[in-house]
Amino acid sequence: MEPQEEKPIIYTMENKPIVTCAGDQALFTSLYTPLAQQLPREPMEWRRSYGRAPRTIHLEANFVQFKEELLPKEGNKALLTFPFLHIYWTDCCDIKVYKASVRDNMMRWQGNLRLHGSADWVIVVVETSDAKKKNKTNILPRSSLVDKIRNDFCNKQNDRCVVLSDPLKDSSRSQESWSAFLLKLRTLLLMSFTQNLGRFEEDMRTLREKRNQPGWSFCDYFMVQEELAFVFEMLQQCEDALVQYDELDALFTQYVLNFGAGDGANWLGSFCSPVKRWTGLLLRRPIDMEKRDGIQSGQASLLELRSYLFCRQCTLLIFLQRPWEVTQRALELLHNCVQELCLLEVSMLEGALDCWVFLSCLEVLHRIEGCCDQAQLEANVSHTVGLWAYATDKLKSLGYMCGLVSEKGPLSLELNRTVDLLAGLGDEKAETVHSLQSPYKKLKEALSSVEAFERHYLELSHAAVEMYRAIGRMRSAGLVGKSLAEFYMRKGDPEQAESFLQNALRSYVSEGWSLLVTHTRKQMAECQKLQGKTETYLQTSALLAGDANLTNEERIHFCQEILTFANQSTDSKAQKVTLSMSSFAQLKQLQFRPATATVHSGTALQVELCLRSLMPVAVPLEQLAASVHLNLEQGETNGKTRGPQRRPYPETVLFPLGNSSAMPPSAAGPSPELEEIQDCSPSDPRSLNSTGMVCKNTHLVMRRHDSSPSPDTPNLVSPVPVVMDDGANMLMSGDVTLLPGNNSIVFSVPSQELGTYTLRQLCATVGQVQFILPHISPLVHYEVYSQESQLTVEPLTDQLLAGLPQRAKVRLQTGHYTVKKGDALQLTNIDSMPILTSSSCPATILNSTAERVDESVLFIQSSDKVTCISLPPTPPYHTLEFQLEVLCVIPSDPVRPENQRLTNGEIRHRPRSYNLPDNHMTAINQRMSIDCPWSIYSTPISLTFYIPFKAKHSLLSAGNRKYIQVCLQNVSDVNFHLMDQRLTEKHRESSLELQSLNTKAQQLVYSKQSLYYVWDVRWKENMPLCLQCVFSASFSSASEEVSAFKPYHYAFQLERVTTLYSVRTEIMPAAGQQNCHSGSLCGLEMSITRLAEPEDDEDDRGTEKKGQTETEEVCSTKLMYKVADGSSSWVVYGRSSGLVSMPMDANANHRVQVELMPLFAGHLPFPDIEVFKYLPPSANSASQPDTDGCVENDTLSLLVRPLDDQGDTASIRSQGTVHSVGSGEQQSRVLPMPRLEPFSPGQVFNHSQGCQVLVLPSTDGHVLEINAT
Amino acid sequence: MAVCIAVIAKENYPLFIRSVPVQNELKFHYTVHTSLDVVEEKISAVGKAMADQRELYLGLLYPTEDYKVYGYVTNSKVKFVIVVDSSNTSLRDNEIRSMFRKLHNSFTDVMCNPFYNPGDTIQSKAFDSIVSAMMVQAS
Repeated sequence: MEPQEEKPIIYTMENKPIVTCAGDQALFTSLYTPLAQQLPREPMEWRRSYGRAPRTIHLEANFVQFKEELLPKEGNKALLTFPFLHIYWTDCCDIKVYKASVRDNMMRWQGNLRLHGSADWVIVVVETSDAKKKNKTNILPRSSLVDKIRNDFCNKQNDRCVVLSDPLKDSSRSQESWSAFLLKLRTLLLMSFTQNLGRFEEDMRTLREKRNQPGWSFCDYFMVQEELAFVFEMLQQCEDALVQYDELDALFTQYVLNFGAGDGANWLGSFCSPVKRWTGLLLRRPIDMEKRDGIQSGQASLLELRSYLFCRQCTLLIFLQRPWEVTQRALELLHNCVQELCLLEVSMLEGALDCWVFLSCLEVLHRIEGCCDQAQLEANVSHTVGLWAYATDKLKSLGYMCGLVSEKGPLSLELNRTVDLLAGLGDEKAETVHSLQSPYKKLKEALSSVEAFERHYLELSHAAVEMYRAIGRMRSAGLVGKSLAEFYMRKGDPEQAESFLQNALRSYVSEGWSLLVTHTRKQMAECQKLQGKTETYLQTSALLAGDANLTNEERIHFCQEILTFANQSTDSKAQKVTLSMSSFAQLKQLQFRPATATVHSGTALQVELCLRSLMPVAVPLEQLAASVHLNLEQGETNGKTRGPQRRPYPETVLFPLGNSSAMPPSAAGPSPELEEIQDCSPSDPRSLNSTGMVCKNTHLVMRRHDSSPSPDTPNLVSPVPVVMDDGANMLMSGDVTLLPGNNSIVFSVPSQELGTYTLRQLCATVGQVQFILPHISPLVHYEVYSQESQLTVEPLTDQLLAGLPQRAKVRLQTGHYTVKKGDALQLTNIDSMPILTSSSCPATILNSTAERVDESVLFIQSSDKVTCISLPPTPPYHTLEFQLEVLCVIPSDPVRPENQRLTNGEIRHRPRSYNLPDNHMTAINQRMSIDCPWSIYSTPISLTFYIPFKAKHSLLSAGNRKYIQVCLQNVSDVNFHLMDQRLTEKHRESSLELQSLNTKAQQLVYSKQSLYYVWDVRWKENMPLCLQCVFSASFSSASEEVSAFKPYHYAFQLERVTTLYSVRTEIMPAAGQQNCHSGSLCGLEMSITRLAEPEDDEDDRGTEKKGQTETEEVCSTKLMYKVADGSSSWVVYGRSSGLVSMPMDANANHRVQVELMPLFAGHLPFPDIEVFKYLPPSANSASQPDTDGCVENDTLSLLVRPLDDQGDTASIRSQGTVHSVGSGEQQSRVLPMPRLEPFSPGQVFNHSQGCQVLVLPSTDGHVLEINAT
Repeated sequence: MAVCIAVIAKENYPLFIRSVPVQNELKFHYTVHTSLDVVEEKISAVGKAMADQRELYLGLLYPTEDYKVYGYVTNSKVKFVIVVDSSNTSLRDNEIRSMFRKLHNSFTDVMCNPFYNPGDTIQSKAFDSIVSAMMVQAS
C-alpha cells in the first residue's frame, strides 16, 4: 500500500468503516445514494462483550469498490483500513446468465475472502419488476434464483443473501424490502465490529502481557492501542476512545514511576534522551501527525509523547463537551511532566521546561477559549485560573533567568541563554502563523526585550489576580500580588510594590500568620526605605526589631536603623517622628505608691510603671513622659466627704498583653460574657417558666473583625497617626535606659491641685523619634483630695451600758486644719451623762496611714455647763485619738408605758422603738454637742446606752395574805454582783409592812439570768387601794475587781390587792362509787365565799361598786362563774357557766353544782373556775362613759368603767357569747348589753388551784387507753 | 510521608504548623495559607448540598509543581492541611485519609485536655510526636 493511501486516516472523525462492494458496479452506483442516506438514519444498539455497557450507535459506512488489495494481509493490524463487510451486488434474474458468469464471479470473490479469513460478507440480489417483464422465457422465479445462490454459497447461512425488491420505486413493497435490507446490513456490520474488534483487543491484550519481555516497545504498543481508539472514534464512541488513551497514559506513567523506583525498561531509554525541542502543546489539530510519526519511529521525546497524548485526550474531551476537564488535566499533566523529567533525569536546557509549560498553559487556554463563549468562561474561572497563575509563574522565572527583570537589562550570558531557549522553540506552526496572539509569538516577544517582558508579565499577573479576586480566592490573589511586588522591587519601582505588599500584609495580619507577616514586613521595610518614607519605615523597623520570628542579628539591625535615625544631629526645631509605642514597648503594669492612689493635696505620690521593651538591645531614652488629665470639677465637689478609705483600689493595674504581633486575632477579640437568666412565673416564684444564657456583650463579640481593624492594634500596615496631647500635665522622667525585657520606671506625681487625675498617654523620646502610646487602657486614675476636719465619738465596746462608767473613743481627723496650741474642744454637759474623766488623759496622734506619730496628754477642765478639753498641736491630715469615760444614769422611773398593768403575772409589753429586738435591752440615747475650734457650728454627738436590767413584779396571794414578787433579769452580756435589795413604799403613809423573805448576802447574777425576790405584805388597817412600791438594788460589774456599786431602781404600782372572793371546788364521784371513772358522770361542787366587804363607802371613784344592784335584792353582787377546762379532759354536762348573786355581807357563801364527765383516766387536774363580775345591760352604759353619772340614775346604778383597751372589751364580748346571755343582742351596739369584767388576779383566790382527782378507767373496759409518757 | 502538616483554627490562623526541611518553612507557610482559599471554596460548595453528613476529607486541594496539598475540615471548622512532595508517588489517597484520621484523633485528644485553651496554639508533646511520625524524616 502506498503511504498516500494511509494518509486519509489522519482525520478520524471523517472516517467511516469501510464496506467493499463487488459484483454489478453499475447497479451499486445507482443504489449508493439512498443507501448512504438511509443507513445512519436509525440507531442500533451495540451490545458488547466483557460486560461493557451497550451503546447506541448510528452506523455509517464508506462504500468502496472491492479490490483484493483492500483485504488485510496477515499481521497487518491496521483497523482503520479494515473492510468490515463485503457486499456482492447482483440483479441477475436469468438462470443462464447466473450460471454463465455471475456464479463464477461470486466464486472468485468468495475465494478471495476465504483466503483472507474474512467471513463478513453478504450477497444482495436486487430484483426489479422491469427485468422480469423483459425476458419472460428464461426467467426463473425469483425465489428459485435466490435459493440457488443460497444453495451455492450460503450453506446454513441463509441470512447472508438478501433480496432487495424494486429499490428505486416508491412503493410500500420497496420500502419494506429496504428497511429489511438496512436492518440486515446494520446487524451484519455490528456483528463484524464485535467480532473483529474483539479479535483485535485480544491481540492487543496479548501484546500488552508481553510488556515485561525484553524487546517490547511501548511505542509499538501505543500504535496498536491507538488504532483501537481511532476505530472507537470513527464509530463516534469518544468515551471509549478516551479510555484507550487514558490507559496508555496510565501505563506510561507507571513505567516512569517504576523507572524512578529503579525498575527501568529498555524502551524508556529513548525517552531519557536530552530534550531538544520544547514547542509546547499543540491542540489546534485533532492529530499531530508529526509527533505521531515520531512516536511510531521511536524517536519521540518524553515531552512529545506527552504532548501528543494530551492533544488526543483534549480533542476527545472537547468533543465530549468537557472543556473544564481539559484545564484540570492540563495542569496535572504539566506538573506531572515536570516531575517525570526530573525523575528520568532528562537533561534539558535551563528554562526550557519553563518555556514548554508557559506555551502549553497558554495553548490550553486558547483552545478552551476557542470552544467556549465568554459567559461560560467567566463562570468557570476557577478551572482556568490555575493555568493562568502557572503561566505567570513560569514567565516570571523565565524573566528572572534571562535578566529581564533587572534595572540594567540582560547580561550577555543571559542573552545567550535567551537565544538558546528561543532556538528550541523551532518555527511557528502553520496553524498559528496568522494569529496575532499565539503563545509562540507571546513568548518570543516577551523574551525579546525588557519592556515587552514587563508588558506581558504584568498583563498575565493582573489577569490572574483579577480572576482570583473574582472567585474569592483572596489569599491566592494576594500571593500573586506579592510576587508582583517582588517584581516591582527588582525593577526599582517601590511605589508600585507598596500597595501589593500592604494588601498581603493586611491579610496575613488579620489572619494571624506571624511568619508571613514577618517576611512581608521585611519586604515592606525595604520598600519603604527605598521610597524614603521615614516615618513608616521606622514604624516597620520598630515592629521588626521586636519580632520574635527574626534572628537576633536582623532585629538588632532594624533597631539600629531606628537608633541611627534618632541620633542624627538634625536641627532640633524639626518635627520629631512620632511612632506607635506598642511595637516598641508594652506597658505591663502600673503601681501607685501609696497603693490607694488617693492622697491629700501636697503629699508625695509615686507611680511605678513596668514597661516591657521589645527591642533586642538597650535603648537610651531621653525622656519618658506620661500625660495626665486633671478633672477639676469632681475634686472640688466631692472634696468634703472624701476620705482615703472611700474606694477599694487595686494595688496594681495590669495591662492585657494583647499587643503581640504573634497573637492570633481571635484572642484579641473580647470573650463573650455569659450570664444565666431564669424567668419565673409571676404567680409562683418557685416554678420556672424558662431559663437560658444571655451574652451580655453581644455588640462586642458579634462585631466584625476583618474589615475594620481596631485602632489599637499596632500591626496595621500603615500606622495610625498618633498624636501627643498638648497642654496636659506631664509626668516626666529623663534619661532612662530601656533594657530588653521588663523595666521599672518611677514617676513622682504632682499633687498640688485637687481632683481626679487620669493617665492618658505615654511617650518615650529617643532623639528624633517619639514612641507614643495613645491610650492607656484600662483607665488609671489617682486622686488628690482635701478633707475637712472631722470629729467622731465611738463607743469602745460593742454596747455602752447605762449605770456603769463606760469608755468612748474620741477621734479627731484634722483634715487640712492644723491644730494649734491652745485649741480646745468644748463639750456641753448633760445631767444624765456626766463625764468622769479626770483632769488629764493620754492621747495618740496618728498620721494618714494610721501610723503612730506622737503621744501626748490632754487636759480637761470641767465647769457647770461645759467640759473643756485642750488639744495638743496636731499637723494636718493626722488623727488624734483619746478616750473619755462617761456614765449614763439609769432613770429612776424606767421607761415604761403608763398603762402597764398586771394581768396573769405578765407585763403587758409594748415594744418601744429603742428596744433592741434581739436582747430586749432598753436603749437610751444621749446627745451632746461639742464646739470645735475649726468650725462655728457645734458638732452633735449621740451615744446610745443600754440598761442592763429588766425588772418585773407580780402579786401573789394565799387566801387573804399577799406577797409581792420582783423578778430582776440581767439582759446584758455582763455578769453583775447584786446586793442591798429593798422594796419600799413610795409614799410611806399607810401602815403597810413589807417583810423581806430574801437572802441578805451579795448575789451574782449571770448574763441572761434572772433573780427573784419575794416580800410578805402585811397591813394593820385596811389595805390601801393602790400600792406604790420602789424596788432598789445595788449592782456592780462582776468582771471588774474593784468597782463601786451603782444603784438600780424600779418603781411600780399595784391596785386592787385585797382578796374579795375565795373559790373552793370539790369533785365527787357518782353516788355509790369510791372513785371517779372515765366516761361516767361525777359531780363538781364549787363554793364561792365572799371574804371582804366591798369598800363602796371609801371608794369615791366607785371602782368596786360594779355589778351591785339595789333594786329588789338589796346589796347583792352578781357574779358569773364559768367552768373552763383548758386541758379538755373534762366534759361539762349541762351549763358550764351561770350567774350567782352574792349577798353583800362578809362570809356569804354560794354553792353551785355542775355535772362533769372525765374523758381520761389518771390524775386529772381540776377544771378551772373563772369568776367574773356581771354587769347587767344598761342603756346608759354606752352613752355614759363617765362614772359619776351612774350614781344619779335611780333605776339602774350600773357603773361601767370604760375600758381603755379595745382588746379587753373584745375579750369580754367574746366570753359573753359563750355565756349566751345576750344571744343575738351583742351584735347591735344600740341595745343594752350585759357585760363581764374580770377581777384582778389578787381579788379572787382559788383554793383548789392545782388540785387533782384520781379518775379510774371505765369498768366496762371497752376502751383501753394507755398513755405513755 | 508529609513534608508539612498544619492545623488551622476556624478563624484561619495557624494553631500548629510543622514542616521539613526547616529552611523551606516560609514557603510552606505561604502554601498552606493559600490553600485556605480552596478549603473555603470546597466547604462552601459542599455546605450547600448537605451540611450535616459532609465528608471531612476534602481531597487534593491543589497540586503545585513540587507539592500536593490535601485538606480536611473538622465539624468545628478546624482545618488540617497536609503537604506531600509531588515526587512521592507511593502515597495513595487512602493513606492520606488515614493520616488525616490519625491527626484528627490526636487533635481531639488535645482538645479534651482540660488545660488546653481552645484557640491557643498547640504545644502538646503527644500531638507533636504523632505529627513527627507522619513527617518525612529529615536526614
